[in-house]
Amino acid sequence: MIDLCAKPIHELRDLLRRREVSSVELTRAFLTRIATVEPAIQAFVSVTGDLALEQAAAADAARSAGEDLPPLAGVPVAIKDNMCTNGVLTTCSSRILANFVPPYDATVVTRLRGQRAVFCGKTNMDEFAMGSSTENSGIKKTFNPWDPARVPGGSSGGSAAAVAAGMAAGALGSDTGGSIRQPASFCGVVGLKPTYGLVSRYGLVAFASSLDQIGPISRDVEDAALLLNAIAGHDPRDSTSAHFDPPDYTSFLQRGVRGLRIGLPKEFSGEGTDPEVQAAVAAAVRKLEELGAVTVEVELPHSPYAVATYYLCATAEASSNLARYDGVHYGFRAPADNVIEMYSRTRSQGFGEEVKRRIMLGTYALSAGYYDAFYLKSLRVRTLIRRDFDAAFEKCDVIAGPTAPTPAFRIGEKTSDPLAMYLSDIFTISVNLAGICAISVPCGFTEDNLPVGLQLIAPSFGEDRLIAAAHAYEQATEWHRRRPPV
Amino acid sequence: MTVLNYNCHERTKDPSMPAMSKYEPVIGFEVHVELCTATKIFCSCPTTFGSPPNTQVCPVCLGMPGVLPVLNRRAVEFALRTAMALNCNIPERCNFDRKNYYYPDLPKNYQISQNYACIGTGGWLDIETPAGTKRVRMNNVHLEEDAGKLIHPEDPGADYSLVDLNRAGTPLIEIVSEPDMSSAEDALAYMNTLKNLLEYLEVSDCKMQEGRLRFELNISVREAGTERLGTKVEVKNLNSMKTVLKCIEHETWRQTRLLEEGGRVMQETRLWDEAAGATRAMRSKEVANDYRYFPDPDLVEIHVTPEWRDAVRAHLPELQEAKRRRFIEEYGLPEYDARILTNSKPVASYYEAAVAAHPNPKALSNWMMTEVLRELNAREVEPADFALKPAGLAAIVRMIDEGRISGKIAKDVFAKAVESGRDPAEIVQAEGLVQVTDAGEVEKWVDEAIAENPDMVEKIRAGNTKTVQALVGQVMKKSRGKANPKIVNELIAAKLC
Ligand SMILES: [Zn+2]
Repeated sequence: MIDLCAKPIHELRDLLRRREVSSVELTRAFLTRIATVEPAIQAFVSVTGDLALEQAAAADAARSAGEDLPPLAGVPVAIKDNMCTNGVLTTCSSRILANFVPPYDATVVTRLRGQRAVFCGKTNMDEFAMGSSTENSGIKKTFNPWDPARVPGGSSGGSAAAVAAGMAAGALGSDTGGSIRQPASFCGVVGLKPTYGLVSRYGLVAFASSLDQIGPISRDVEDAALLLNAIAGHDPRDSTSAHFDPPDYTSFLQRGVRGLRIGLPKEFSGEGTDPEVQAAVAAAVRKLEELGAVTVEVELPHSPYAVATYYLCATAEASSNLARYDGVHYGFRAPADNVIEMYSRTRSQGFGEEVKRRIMLGTYALSAGYYDAFYLKSLRVRTLIRRDFDAAFEKCDVIAGPTAPTPAFRIGEKTSDPLAMYLSDIFTISVNLAGICAISVPCGFTEDNLPVGLQLIAPSFGEDRLIAAAHAYEQATEWHRRRPPV
Repeated sequence: MTVLNYNCHERTKDPSMPAMSKYEPVIGFEVHVELCTATKIFCSCPTTFGSPPNTQVCPVCLGMPGVLPVLNRRAVEFALRTAMALNCNIPERCNFDRKNYYYPDLPKNYQISQNYACIGTGGWLDIETPAGTKRVRMNNVHLEEDAGKLIHPEDPGADYSLVDLNRAGTPLIEIVSEPDMSSAEDALAYMNTLKNLLEYLEVSDCKMQEGRLRFELNISVREAGTERLGTKVEVKNLNSMKTVLKCIEHETWRQTRLLEEGGRVMQETRLWDEAAGATRAMRSKEVANDYRYFPDPDLVEIHVTPEWRDAVRAHLPELQEAKRRRFIEEYGLPEYDARILTNSKPVASYYEAAVAAHPNPKALSNWMMTEVLRELNAREVEPADFALKPAGLAAIVRMIDEGRISGKIAKDVFAKAVESGRDPAEIVQAEGLVQVTDAGEVEKWVDEAIAENPDMVEKIRAGNTKTVQALVGQVMKKSRGKANPKIVNELIAAKLC
C-alpha cells in the first residue's frame, strides 16, 4: 500500500480506471500513510478522513455505474488551508480563524469536487501565506520530509511536504511571491505558479490580491498538468480572472525542447546563491541543451528591486485585506469592554508576529504622505519589472534559473531575521510582480541529500512551454523518482 | 412633501438668533443616494428595504474570507445617468478604490469606493432661488457600496450592539458639490432640485426616511461680499431637509459667534444632535484621519466606451422639461398645470396613471392641483404611499363625467377614500350616493323646497335670479346632494320663472 502512496496521479488514475484498486482502498492507503507519517511531518491542519472516505465511496459508486470519470476522480488530494471548503475548517494557519468554518467553497474546490477528487485534508502554511518556511503558522510547525531538522519552505509548506511524504497524491498551493515554487523546491516536488488570472481566486483567502495565484503541487509534471486542467479557466466570480480558454495542458507533455530558446539572466547567477544549487541548475541547463534547447543570455535589470517592491505592494494590499479580521463577524474574538478595545485585543492576540509586521508595513506604505513615495513607486517599479520580462522574452521562450538561492534551511535559522527570510524568495518574487507563470521542477540533490529546484519562467499564458520543457527535462532525469527517507 | 413648503425666512426671524449681516454661510453638499437596482453592487443579494435583519446577505456582502466583488453593470449605468444629467465629464476609464476604516457595520473594514478616478467629474446643477437662477458646480459623482446598520438594544444597560448587514453592499452614488451656496434658501433649492432630478432619472426612490437619500453638509462662514473661503466644517447625521436647514442656521450662528469673539473655526467633522438642536464634535475615535485609499486590486478598470455612454444617454428616462412639454401637447394642459404637475416626478407619475385609467386630463389635473396636492402636503406622504390610488382618483372623475355623482358628492367621496383607503366606487355604492336623475323624484324635493321657502319664491318671481341658486341649494340639501343640479335648475325655472 505504501507503493500506492508513492505513485503519481496519472498512474493512480490508470489503476482506478482499470479497477485494479478502488478509490476507497486508495483513500484508506493514504489515510494510513497519514496516520504513520504525519506525527513526524505535521503537514496538515485538518485531516478530513470521513469526508475523504465518503467522497471515495461516491467516486467508486459513480465508476461502478459506468460513468466516464475525469482524471482526478477518486484520487486523494490535499488543499492548502487558505482555500475555503464548505463545512470544513479553514484557518489560514491563524489563531484568528482557528474556528472558522466557511459556508461556501472556493471555485478551485468546486472544480475539484466536480472532478470527484477526494479531499484528504487541509494543509499547514505560514499564517495568511506570509512566510517562506511555514514556521509562521499559528497552528504548528511542519518538518521537511527529507530532513526533519529543516523547514519545508513556505508558505505552502504543508502541501509540498504532504505530497513529498506520500500523504496526498497531489495538492493545491497558493503563490504570492514564491509560495508554491520555493516549498516545491525544498521538498523535491513539482510546483507551478500559473499566470495571474488563469486560476480563479474566489475563495482563496486573500493575502495580496494582485499577486496571489493558486496552483498545483505534484510528484511530476504530468500531474501538474492534470491538476492545472482541473482548476484553470475563467470564473465569473473573480473579476480579475482572465477571459482565456485554457488548452488541455497534458497535450504539451511530449512537445520536447528542440529549438527552445532558454534565457539565462545574469542577475540569477550572482553571489548569495548556494554553490551546490548553482551547480545543479547549471547541470540542468546543460541537460536541456543536450535535449535540443539553445541558451541565450538575457537581462532583468530591475530584478534587484523586486524584493523591496514586493514588500511594499504585497503588504499594502495585505493591510487592507486583513482588516476584516476584527472579531465582529466571525473567527476569534478577544473579550473587551468596548468595540475599539475588542478590535485591538482581537488583532493583537489573533495575529502572529510576521502578519502584524506586514500589516504595519503595508499600513505605513499607504499612509497619507507616504502613498506616492512607497505604494505608487512600487507600482511603477512593477511596471519596469514587467517590461524587463517582456524584453527578455523577445530573445527567449523560457527563462531558467534556481527556484531558491539555497536548499531547505534549518528550522529556526532565519526566524529572527525577517530580511534573510525575505531573500529566500529573491528568484520567485519578480514572476508574481510581472503576473507571469513559472514552474519549479526537481533538478538534483545536495551532498546532504536535500532537493534542489530548477525554475522555468514563461510569459503570460505560457504554461504550455513550462509543461513541455519541464516534462522533457524530468523524463530525461531520475530526480523526481527519489523518495524522502520518511 | 411638506419640506417643499418649508419657509426659511420664518426661522431666521427667530429673535434668539443673532443678526447675520456681517457673515454669510458658504455651503456645499455631499449627497449619498442609494440606487434602486434590484441587486447589490458586488453580489446578487436583493436590495429590498425593511426585511428581517441579515436575511439579504451572502458570503460576498458579509465580507467572508476569500470572497471577491463582481460589479453590477446596472449600478454603473445609474451612476452614468446621474453624472450625465449633472453635466459631468465622463472619463472613458475609471476604477474603484478601497477606503480603509474600521466600523462594525463595515464587514471588510474597507469600503469599495472611488477616489482617484471617479465616474463623473466637474459638471453643474442649476437651481431656482429667490434671487434667480444659480449654478452649483459639481466636484464629482462617484460610485460606492453602502455599509450595514448597527442596531442598539433598547435596554439602556445593554453592553452590546447588533449588526444588520442587509444594506451592506447596496449601491450608492455620492454627489459632491462645490461650496457654491450661500444661504438656507440656496441649500433648500439645491436639495429639492437634486431630489427631483434623481427621481426623474429613476435611479433612486429618494426616500429620506428610509435613508435612501442622505445629505452631508460642509459649511464655513465668511464676511458677506468677500471671496476668501473660511475653514469648513463637515456635518453628518442629517436625516431630513428640515434638519439640514436647522443645521445651517445653527452652524452659521456658531461659526459667526466664534469668529466675532476672536476665535477660530476648527476644520472637523461634526454630528448633528437632533435632541439638542445643535452640532457636536465627533469623538476622536469616531474620526478616521487617513482612509489610505488605494486602487482595489479585486476589481478591474471600468471602461466606459463611447458606445456604452451613448446608449445610456439614448435611454435616459423622460426628464422634467420633456414631460412638461408632453403634458401640454399630449394632454392639452395649460402651461401652469403642466409645470405644477411635473414639479415632482412621483406626482407626475401619479397623474399619468390616473389619466391612463380615465382619459380626462384637464379634470384630473384640476383634482391633482387642488385636492390631491393639498392632501399630500397635509399628510406629508409621498404619492406612492397615498391612500387614494391613481385608479381611485380616475374613478371619481369618471363618475362625475358619467353623471353618476355630483361634484359636491365627489369631494365627499374623495375625503372618505383618502381617510379610509376605500375604493371610491364602493363608497358611492355602499352609501347610496348615486345622483338622482329621475325627474319625478327630483320634482318632489323641488316642490317641498318651494313650499318651505315662500320668501325665496317671492324674490325669484320678482326676477331676482341670484335667489335661484339659493333655492337650488335648498333642494340639494334636501336630497343630501344626490339630486342632479341640472334637472333641479330646469324644474325651478319651469315652475317659477
Ligand atoms: Zn450578498
